[in-house]
Amino acid sequence: METLLQSPGQARPTINDKLTKEDKIRLLRDMYRIRRFEQTSLKYYNLGRMGGFLHLYSGQEAVAVGTVSLLGPDDHLITAYRDHGHAIAVGMTMPECMAELFGKATGCSKGKGGSMHLFAPDKRYWGGHGIVGGQTPLGAGIAYALKYKRIPGCCLCYLGDGAINQGVFHESLNLASLFSLPVVYIIEDNGYSMGTSLKRSSAYKTCLAERAEAYNMAWDVFLGEDLYEVRERTNVAIERARKECQPTLLEIQTYRYYGHSVADANAKKYRTAEEIEEYKNNHDPLQLFGKRLLEEEVLTEAQIGEIDRASKEEANAAVKFAEESPFPKEGDITADVYWEVDNQTEAGKQGTYFFNT
Amino acid sequence: MPLITYREALRTALDEEILRDENVVVIGEEVAQYNGAYKVTEGLWATHGDRRLVDTPISESAFVGMGIGASMLGLRPVIELMFWSFAYVAFDQIVNNAGCVRYMSGGLINVPIVIRGPANGGTNVGATHSHTPENLLANMPGLKVVVPATAYDAKGLLKTSIRDNDPVMFMENTLLYGEKWEVPDSEYLIPLGLADVKRTGDHVSLIAHGRAVLTCLKAAELLEAEHDISVEVVDLRSIRPLDEEAILNSVRKTHRAVVVEENKPFCGVGAQITSLIQEKAFDDLDAPIARVSAIDAPAIYSPPIEKRQLPDPQRVIEKVLNLA
Ligand SMILES: Cc1ncc(C[n+]2csc(CCOP(=O)(O)OP(=O)(O)O)c2C)c(N)n1
Ligand SMILES: [Mg+2]
Repeated sequence: METLLQSPGQARPTINDKLTKEDKIRLLRDMYRIRRFEQTSLKYYNLGRMGGFLHLYSGQEAVAVGTVSLLGPDDHLITAYRDHGHAIAVGMTMPECMAELFGKATGCSKGKGGSMHLFAPDKRYWGGHGIVGGQTPLGAGIAYALKYKRIPGCCLCYLGDGAINQGVFHESLNLASLFSLPVVYIIEDNGYSMGTSLKRSSAYKTCLAERAEAYNMAWDVFLGEDLYEVRERTNVAIERARKECQPTLLEIQTYRYYGHSVADANAKKYRTAEEIEEYKNNHDPLQLFGKRLLEEEVLTEAQIGEIDRASKEEANAAVKFAEESPFPKEGDITADVYWEVDNQTEAGKQGTYFFNT
Repeated sequence: MPLITYREALRTALDEEILRDENVVVIGEEVAQYNGAYKVTEGLWATHGDRRLVDTPISESAFVGMGIGASMLGLRPVIELMFWSFAYVAFDQIVNNAGCVRYMSGGLINVPIVIRGPANGGTNVGATHSHTPENLLANMPGLKVVVPATAYDAKGLLKTSIRDNDPVMFMENTLLYGEKWEVPDSEYLIPLGLADVKRTGDHVSLIAHGRAVLTCLKAAELLEAEHDISVEVVDLRSIRPLDEEAILNSVRKTHRAVVVEENKPFCGVGAQITSLIQEKAFDDLDAPIARVSAIDAPAIYSPPIEKRQLPDPQRVIEKVLNLA
């Protein structure tokens, strides 16, 4: 079993040695793009341009960008409703995501799913899931299909620290271990599930990932603020999945800056302003990675500023696209319910499918 | 009479029942320290403390089941689901345990639990968060289903549900939490299985539950003002037990019925009501019974289109005008 005590030494060659200058710039740029996409979406949410929930990922960017950057053409991922970061990290475009938030027909889900339900199967990104814990058996299932088809890939399945208490997650861990599935469960431990702190929601000895012990599964726990560290530690699990076809449970400790969702009326009540400031000032993944790249002389301050500016511009252009796009039509409500009906197959024509009154 | 919100009505019902009966305990996600995701339980933890208001992890199956188990020993748990949509995670507990244990024990055990929370569409939270399972759960003998449309009904029905000795599925609506109605300060109870005629009329009966009742009341006003049609609105309030007499009495008077619900049409509550009317009041009908329900698909996110997916007064009016 892997534990905290066996962290890979910094002296050893690491997966990060393989990164080119361009790779590093792209990683930083993606984190900025996520941050600016979300801040822009927040602005328009507050202007009433979208409905429902908006769960922001700000503060956690190094987790999605770091882990997704390790994926190859046979690797997949699936996450919960805090899904904008993963979407942009896999290469979904800002316009298709923003249009989805605006409920427009040009959105990635044609305005049917909204913020919590972004999908891009062409990029092996299986969503965006609103029911807490609901995606966890799907992650096992994607891994199952990879193994069945003898594809040497893996599936990253993300969940929150609150989601680990859903029964279905435990059942999934057992299946993953029992069936030796190439799935990497990643608990994005931001310390809170809505207004409930870790301590008030979970019983554990030293950390959440330790629960893997009970299922004879490898696990690891580490901080998610340093993108290099995220890549290094996650890569071990990905290799285990690809090469040994074995699952891992990772706990990546991180932090969210905003409330649970924009509708979180208590966002500033269950934690102190100092706690939030402390993380923003000393643990911000964008700042930390930017600093590293300055030290490595990959980028200059001015170039980082330019990346930031371009990210804002890209987000604003996405808003323009979303605003100019049409809403779905009333007739679209009953499309995309059944494959057979949409494809006008024989099966789709036999019998009544819809019962509108 | 004081005007209070639907939310405050629920809160006072909980407050009064917690004070009245030591066995009442409120359990759910964020119900205590956070004051409730939709603020229904606001202030109750401060007043009544940890013993009576219990925050849980996100483990619906376990805490619903725990409530059912505790109720078998005589507690009266009120389980809050942040959304009724999350009941699907706990479906086995609700259906197999709460719904069947009395029967399978030959009546030796009963389950005095209330499971409550919002069950509605119309808030752009997508298909997984917009379920309205009143028809599913009313399909299970052993469970009771209550769907209040106003603050007055919410309070009286919740108090009765807590005192009821069977499992009651209590479905609220986030779009109504902030709406105000007159509610007396003095204590009152509303029996389950008693419908309420919210408006009397002579030409057509609109039969509905939950927020659809308010849609019907608006439609009734417009029909009266613009078309001189006198409309009766029957609010079922409880789906199971169902006040069959109230429905039949209304139809026998007006000879026309439109059944309105925000749920999907297939095997919806409206289907049951329609079958009831045709079976027991067929000869009283002057026109086929019509139904209005949500457009038959999972709830769409897109805000303006989701509005169209749910019944609105206009759709009810069209149905009424099209009755033979
Ligand atoms: C089955 C279910 N129960 C409750 C909710 C409401 N809910 C949505 S997110 C959330 C908190 C989850 O916290 P965590 O798993 O830590 O993820 P985070 O929001 O921190 O990313 C809750 C209670 C839900 N969507 N689904
Ligand atoms: Mg969390």
